Amino acid sequence: MKLPDRKEAEVRRLLEAPVLPLPPDLAERALVLGARLVRRRRLLHLAVCVLLVAVLLGLGVWALTAEPWSTPPPATSPTRGW
Amino acid sequence: MRERRARQERARAREFEAFVAGAGGRLLHAATLLTAEPPGAAPGAQRLLVGALAHTCADWTRLRGEDPYDHTRQELAARFAHTAWRYRRSRGGLLGILSPQERLVLVLRLYEGVAEEQTAAGLGLPVERVRALCSRAMAAMLSRGAAPLPSALREAEGAL
Repeated sequence: MKLPDRKEAEVRRLLEAPVLPLPPDLAERALVLGARLVRRRRLLHLAVCVLLVAVLLGLGVWALTAEPWSTPPPATSPTRGW
Repeated sequence: MRERRARQERARAREFEAFVAGAGGRLLHAATLLTAEPPGAAPGAQRLLVGALAHTCADWTRLRGEDPYDHTRQELAARFAHTAWRYRRSRGGLLGILSPQERLVLVLRLYEGVAEEQTAAGLGLPVERVRALCSRAMAAMLSRGAAPLPSALREAEGAL
């Protein structure tokens, strides 16, 4: 066995340990936190959607009332003497 | 509709609990190595792990074939890297003599068996840096293993 491999194996052995029993409420805590995370994500998603719809609606209303495409082109100085 | 959703929710929770029962012990040991707390009493490691597991739980339906263990480990490593300054001081754990970054690399490479390239990509470090950190951490652990410092001496060192 090469020296680095032997060293690695030795450190691996140091790190291994018998698995201790888990705290009984660990999964429960994670589930509660996870549910909160999902709720928060859903809320954020909803907020972004509402904002987007509001912006689109505002743009539509403004376009229909102002009709920016119907204003005549601005008058320019007349060409003379050419 | 609502009933079906509730049933799906319950099934998901059961699956998740089975996953935690199976993989939680190993993940908690990895977290305990990272925070350098003694194995029996590791509130910091538990907090880290619960946060990472909550993330996995929230993403459970979106994992789509990805291993939940890998997902949780990545999240755990990212959380630890983000809050590493809290764990600079040893709390009496096995890897207490190492810096948080050395601990992270050592645990990912040797305890979890993650490949060098993948570790480097996960931590946003060059591969050479990961290799250097790992060999430095290994050397420190082996020299400590050869001549274990008496705890009084270690404490004196910590005070310096």
